[in-house]
Amino acid sequence: MSAGVPNPPSTPHVKAMNCPGCGAALSLRSFTQAVTVVCDSCHSILDAQDPQLKILQQFKKATGEDPPLIPVGTRGTIRGTPYEAVGFQRRTIQVEGIPYSWHEYVLFNPYKGFRYLTEYNGHWNDTSTLRALPTLNAFAGNVRVTYLGETYRHFQTAQASTTYVLGEFPWQVRVGEANEVTDYVSPPRVLSSERSGNEVTWSMGEYISGRDIWRTFALSGDPPAPIGVYENQPSPFSTDTKTIWTIFGAFAIFLLLMMLGFSSFARDEQAFQGAYIFDTNARGETSFVTDPFELKGRISTLELSTSTNVDNNWIYLNYALINQDTGQAYDFGREVSYYHGYDSDGSWTEGSRNDSVAIPSVPPGTYFLRVEPESDSGHGTIHYEITAKRDVPQFSFFGIALLALLVPAALITWRSINFEHLRWAESDHAPMESSSDSGGDDD
Amino acid sequence: MTQPAANCPNCGAKIVFRWSSSVQTVCEYCKSILVRTDVDLKKVGQVADLPPNSSPIQIGTEGVYNHRPFVAVGRIIYEYDQGTWNEWHLVLNNGSAWLSDAQDDYVVTFAAPGRKLPQSAEVGQRYVWDNESYAVSTVTKAHYRGVEGELPFQYWDKEDVVFIDLMSEHGKFATLDYSDEAPVLYLGESVEFEDLKLKNLRSFEGWQ
Repeated sequence: MSAGVPNPPSTPHVKAMNCPGCGAALSLRSFTQAVTVVCDSCHSILDAQDPQLKILQQFKKATGEDPPLIPVGTRGTIRGTPYEAVGFQRRTIQVEGIPYSWHEYVLFNPYKGFRYLTEYNGHWNDTSTLRALPTLNAFAGNVRVTYLGETYRHFQTAQASTTYVLGEFPWQVRVGEANEVTDYVSPPRVLSSERSGNEVTWSMGEYISGRDIWRTFALSGDPPAPIGVYENQPSPFSTDTKTIWTIFGAFAIFLLLMMLGFSSFARDEQAFQGAYIFDTNARGETSFVTDPFELKGRISTLELSTSTNVDNNWIYLNYALINQDTGQAYDFGREVSYYHGYDSDGSWTEGSRNDSVAIPSVPPGTYFLRVEPESDSGHGTIHYEITAKRDVPQFSFFGIALLALLVPAALITWRSINFEHLRWAESDHAPMESSSDSGGDDD
Repeated sequence: MTQPAANCPNCGAKIVFRWSSSVQTVCEYCKSILVRTDVDLKKVGQVADLPPNSSPIQIGTEGVYNHRPFVAVGRIIYEYDQGTWNEWHLVLNNGSAWLSDAQDDYVVTFAAPGRKLPQSAEVGQRYVWDNESYAVSTVTKAHYRGVEGELPFQYWDKEDVVFIDLMSEHGKFATLDYSDEAPVLYLGESVEFEDLKLKNLRSFEGWQ
């Protein structure tokens, strides 16, 4: 080769040819890279490497029996590279006697070679062959595969036969030929191994939305709506689940710190205590006021406890907490009742002798209580004691906040589990099945 | 790098070697296969018409591998039952390598002499070279279909020979070449088209 005088570059062009079977026009879109090409008119599979296009197989199918969603010759850009759809095949597996079919589109770029799109029930995958070997880790009952540090779980092994072909293929395609196909999933990716003879070809698919396909190939109409959950379809809940539990965890820690802060700052001091007797037989005015007491410090809660000796009886206490200086009053009533007895189910009790209530945001100042007890008359005397505690830490708010956060977290988790259940229900490892082939779910 | 010119013993055209260690070249004009001797060039064969081929690489394509610039100076075209593939002979600043292009899947390999090699192998069998474990992925019977440009050895007119391709878990690639009596090992890795930063590529009608 003489330097500086390169061969005039020959520019490969799409070859127009004629089918030796029926004479119909054919073109080789992938230049010389195709191994087989299908005549759409007479359904002959032709040797694309042979200048005479020797007929390798003829198959009986109605023309247009299975029209590809991406017509041969359509171009689109995938990951920045333009590709042309050059081939199409339908592959079918049998599961318990029922045929399931998916479609594979062969894409070609003259510099980057072949790439594939697969479609099943509206679920799409962008697939290319692997450049490194996955590592198989065989365990009892299930198989895992590691590829470039990522672990994939066995999903399904099936015999996939080619049942319809169109266009060009970079391999020896034949209608009726079956290969063992095994899928391992790690959403949104799927690793597939295809065994033909003793050679194994690995490919990796990544879930892609039909909408993206429609946009890049400028297809008319809408993509078919995906049906069900596909093997490597990313769960719409998996990131949500992580996020919400992270938020929940962070919030729980925040609440815990707040609780610790409040309980250490809370004074929790007794401001008032008084013991009283209520004579149910007495007539006339029962209300009275207590001695004034001081509430110190900042605005905080006041916890008012009532402990009584009611026994198969009740007492109702009308309370008013009154600020001596401003006249501001907090009115509230508390019923304390305690009953017990014995019936056919054994002994029972109802209610309690004690009661406690928190009055929030009480400003400091001098206060007194107005108390008005009520009960059924003729029940003798009721002893009761009133205790007021200042600045008592309150934790029920924290519990409510935590619960309010727990509900959506649990809901999303449940939906996520449900989604995974639907995914694996279609696999060889369906959680319901106790069939002997796979040993059921793993982990 | 360009060496003093010689003349084709067949047609008299000027022959210039791009690489001093090239052993064989093909006359661009009369397609004679020429082998270097101590004194001159000897015609050993004739290239028949090359099969139509759509590798985007051509003689003179330049690129970069592992920060080392290279130029494609020659190639061998092999034919097997699935079509053809190209082994492009790359010259780097201090040696030569091979860029294999099989249906636009690219692999760069270097000759790796001095390793223990099997006389045959089956798919799935494992071998370790340079602390990397390889598994046999394909065993291919192929034959010489044509040559172009400069090669580091004589290669023409071969019968069916066996190539054993091996892959590792880390994207490393190995080929055992049984063209001659003693097998030859090539070690390398599969590469992305973009990563080679190729220049002076062929153009394709209808594609930019």
